[in-house]
Amino acid sequence: MTENPRVIPDRLESPAVRVLKSWETLLLAVAVAIFVVNSLSSPYFLNAWNLSDATFNFTEKAMIAFAMAMLIIAGEIDLSVASIIALASTAMGAAAQLDVGVPLLVLIGIGTGLVCGAFNGFLVTGLGLPSIVVTIGTMSLFRGISFMVLGDQAYRGYPAEFAYFGQGYVWWVISFEFVLFAIIAVVYAVVLHKTNFGRAVFAIGNNPTGALFSGIRVQRVKFILFLLTGLMAGIAAICLTSRLGSTRPSIALGWELEIVTMVVLGGINILGGSGSIPGVVIAAFVMGLVTFGLGLLNVPGIVMSIFIGMLLIGVIALPRLWSMWRS
Amino acid sequence: MTASLKSRESLLIAVIVALLLIIASRFPAFIERGSLIGVFNDTSPLIILAIGQALVILTRCIDLSVAANLALTGMVCAMLNVAFPGLPVAVILLVALCLGAIMGAINGVLVWKLSIPPIVVTLGTMTIFRGVIFLISDGEWVNAHEMSATFTGFPRSELLGLPMLSWIAILVALLFFLIVARTPLGRAFYAVGGNPNAAVYTGLNVGRTQFLAFVISGTLAGLTGYLWVARYSVAYVDIAGGFELEVVAACVIGGISIAGGAGTVLGAILGALFLGIIKNALPVVGISPFWQLAISGSAIVVAVAFNARSQRSKGRIILKRAEATT
Repeated sequence: MTENPRVIPDRLESPAVRVLKSWETLLLAVAVAIFVVNSLSSPYFLNAWNLSDATFNFTEKAMIAFAMAMLIIAGEIDLSVASIIALASTAMGAAAQLDVGVPLLVLIGIGTGLVCGAFNGFLVTGLGLPSIVVTIGTMSLFRGISFMVLGDQAYRGYPAEFAYFGQGYVWWVISFEFVLFAIIAVVYAVVLHKTNFGRAVFAIGNNPTGALFSGIRVQRVKFILFLLTGLMAGIAAICLTSRLGSTRPSIALGWELEIVTMVVLGGINILGGSGSIPGVVIAAFVMGLVTFGLGLLNVPGIVMSIFIGMLLIGVIALPRLWSMWRS
Repeated sequence: MTASLKSRESLLIAVIVALLLIIASRFPAFIERGSLIGVFNDTSPLIILAIGQALVILTRCIDLSVAANLALTGMVCAMLNVAFPGLPVAVILLVALCLGAIMGAINGVLVWKLSIPPIVVTLGTMTIFRGVIFLISDGEWVNAHEMSATFTGFPRSELLGLPMLSWIAILVALLFFLIVARTPLGRAFYAVGGNPNAAVYTGLNVGRTQFLAFVISGTLAGLTGYLWVARYSVAYVDIAGGFELEVVAACVIGGISIAGGAGTVLGAILGALFLGIIKNALPVVGISPFWQLAISGSAIVVAVAFNARSQRSKGRIILKRAEATT
């Protein structure tokens, strides 16, 4: 060790150098590389409609990933998101059997998400329980309720107009889901990086006690974050249910893993305190392109999951290996 | 004496006895000897895994890859048996233990040497292990008729009226009672989880202790892998899917604090028995098995809330005593 880590440099690196050295730039390079490799290895890849289809691989997950990113930056985690999707979808399915209209279906989906998020938030902030175990518990609980309601059955018979959320196109190949994803990405980027609330999230993640003493209502911010995660899971449930046209209790099984992977791949520190929304957006594209490219090459889903698991560990391990090797 | 009466373990024993009595009041056949042995035998895999998981959680880690480890080891054992039907059970057991230990060591090394958060490591290895099962088996099932009679017979063979599977669970439990209570390693698990900084100053290697906890958890998962596949006489990609949550649930219900450093092996075993009894009682009482997931989910949430409460009151008492002495 020649460098003394306690020495603070006189000036920061120039903004351009910092952008070039950032995680997001590296990730963008990876995304471009994957895009090129995919276009070379399959003749079906570079096709507007195919690429549009590929976006469905990540839009729903990414919506949740934005909220999850803020939650993880604040030092908490929510592993129950996929189960919230299952419960929200089940609630909408039950309502659809009663022939309620599309607006009410949407309200029910969002409402279920909010209730689940509030429940998690209450357990974590109200009772002061660790979020990892609480959400492992609610993960079983929420999906368990779906299983209680549905058993081995499925809900079908959604109104025809309901299909628009998951299958509709706004213009040419631009799907409704993709537009929604883009709007949500912008909203979250602004909230996290340009508002007081966003600064509070970073402050809490870096030092909850310090944040409390600087006048941030730590528990309330965390509660809102759980609420937001539930809300996004509810919205994702609407899109997914509309896209599939049916509800089974096993809907979105294992998504929590892919969402956490997406967040970590996006450069969010799993221990909290740092990260950015643009990183998560690029990570969403990377994962979507990888899954789609491997799918075109007839690689089965479970083999892709090996890849995603290795990505999750590798993304965190490589920078650490690199710094160990340098010192 | 009053402390031991108020402990989580005695509370759980009381709850379990009450649960059994309530079921027995309507369905007396449930607490007949044969039925209870059946329940214990059915819960044995959960007990073995919960003991391993308890050690991991004691050191402030979590191992979500146990079920995938179990499934992969089980598949390898089943495929070995198909390829070499003459292989004695002892060799298969050895292979299962070693393979499980290796997978546990992979988790452990990533946590120890690269200090990656355990939840990320084991979420990742969980999917990787499951994927590997698909790769080696091509997604095919290994069915009962392909396995040899000695391979499937071992966990079911009876000794003194108890199936081998139950005996192994009892042996593992006794072994870890001894290790945790009577060896430096056992005490190190508590020290590392209770206060990692203090543990370093007392000369303990925190990372290495966590690594060993993962190896133990992996080894026990490997052992269970063979027993599981042999007992149910089938191996495929998704066996024991989601079982890791049940294992964590058993530990949390048993009073193992997720913050590390608090809890006992007995607690984990009782937590597993509690879940096992509920699981076996549901069909007897006439409730759909589809309710089980929601019930164990609520049990986790209630148990976590309970853990937090009991720790909080403990802290207060210590403070009062300290104030009284000054």
